Order: sequence, then structure tokens, then C-alpha cells
Amino acid sequence: MTTIPMETGLLLAGVLFMLGLISVMIRRNIIFMLISVEIMLNAAGLAFIVAGSHWAQPDGQIMFIFILTMAAAEVSVGLALILQIHHQLKTLNSDAANFMRG
Amino acid sequence: MELTFYIAAAVAVLATIMVITRYNMIHALLYLVVSFLAVAVVFLTMGAPFMAALEVIVYAGAIVVLIIFVIMMLSLTREDVEQEKAWLQPKLWMGPALLSFVLLAELVYLLVIAEMPAAPAVAGSYVDARAVGLALYGPYVLGVQLSGILLMAGIVGAYHLGRQKKKVIHRFLQEKEPQKERSAAI
Repeated sequence: MTTIPMETGLLLAGVLFMLGLISVMIRRNIIFMLISVEIMLNAAGLAFIVAGSHWAQPDGQIMFIFILTMAAAEVSVGLALILQIHHQLKTLNSDAANFMRG
Repeated sequence: MELTFYIAAAVAVLATIMVITRYNMIHALLYLVVSFLAVAVVFLTMGAPFMAALEVIVYAGAIVVLIIFVIMMLSLTREDVEQEKAWLQPKLWMGPALLSFVLLAELVYLLVIAEMPAAPAVAGSYVDARAVGLALYGPYVLGVQLSGILLMAGIVGAYHLGRQKKKVIHRFLQEKEPQKERSAAI
């Protein structure tokens, strides 16, 4: 048994996730929104690690590896999208991209 | 052992708050690196040292460097040397440096108590890289293959989206208005 209670770790994950969610909602810079998504993914991975540490099983860490893989793929595609938005709209404001004309 | 966890958690929450309240992207990324390092220390105290290493390498290393590259690409012409000089004031890097110094002290403390024979450190819930590897290539091998497919899709998608459209126009037709070309492309 770990000496750290599981509720504390889950509370930390929840706080980090809520900070990322708040940042997604209040920010309009699209790079900041991508960073906030990274924070939220990291918090989700932290919750998996806490659960895996509580039961001393490797499954939580494997889920974290999968989250890591998905975050890497997501950030590369997201940054390519940001480059395209900046190239076409000449701004990073996400409200400028609210017209989705194909 | 609990105290290191709580200090690292406090550093993580503080750094994340600083990330979401910065106006400058590079300052936010400095604090983001500190936040990821703090979460890595939390992983270390939770008995997941392999995941702590992966967190530092992939999150604080690769992903943040990718974002910095894109920021540099986007604002290469607008930000000039004076801006760069203004960014390097001590009060800008002092906050992340202080927070990461706290993390360094914790890391040294953890390494020192791990050397001691009567280690009170992570006792039962220590899951090392061997167990993770065995489970990853045992029951989870399908997930590994799906991750490979996902990464391949990410590479192809990033290449396809990030490619600047190169217009191939014959030189006799060069006087065509490029503005009209772009609006047709949109």
C-alpha cells in the first residue's frame, strides 16, 4: 500500500483537469487552447497512474503510455492545423475561424 | 514521502495556474515545462519511475519543443531583437527557476533516501518498467499496434495539413491574380 491516499492523487488530477478546462473556455488564442488540451490529457494520465499505483498493477501505466501516444499525435495534427489557420487567416484568434466555408 | 508528493502537487497546481494566466506564449510554455516536471515527480512518488521518465522526455521534451517551434515559425517576422532582449529579464525566468529548483531539491532528496539501506520509500506499490513492458507486449499488444496506426495517421495528417500549397503556374500565365487564386482555394 502506498502511503499517499488515493483521494489526494485523484483530487490533484481533478484540479489540473479543471484548470485546463477553464483555460480552454476563457482563452481565445488557439495555441493556448492547444496547451490547455495538453494539460487536460496530462491530468487524465495522472488519474490513471494514481489508480495503477493504488492497486499496484501495471495497467494504469500502460494506459498512460497510450494517452502519451495520443497526445503526441494530437499535438502534431493540431499544430499543423494552427499553421494552416495562421497562413489563411493571418491571426491566431479562434473566433476568426467561425465560418467553416469548405 | 508524503511531503514530497504534496510539495510536487502544489508546484504542479501553481505552475498550471501560471500557465493559464500568462499573456505571453513563451512564458506560459516555461511554466508548462515546470508543471510537467512536477507531475513527473508526482509519478516518481507514486512508484512509477518509468512513467516519470516518459513524462519528462515526451511531454516536457518533445511536445513543448514542437509548440515552441511553431510559435517561432509563426512570429518570426513580427517579434524582433528588442522583444527578445525584453524577454530575458530575470523576473521573467525567476518564477519557473524557483519552482523547478523546488523540484530539483525533491529529486535529490528522493535519490538520497533511495540510497539508504532502510528505505522508507515506495514499498508495495512500486511498479517498475519490467512489469510494464511485460504487460504492454503481453495482453496489450493489440493496443500497441493501434498506437502505431494512430501515430502513422498523425504523421500523414500533419504532413498533409501542414504542407503549404505550392501553386504550379506556367510562366506565361504568371500575370493571373494570386488573390483570386487563394479565394478560389478557400
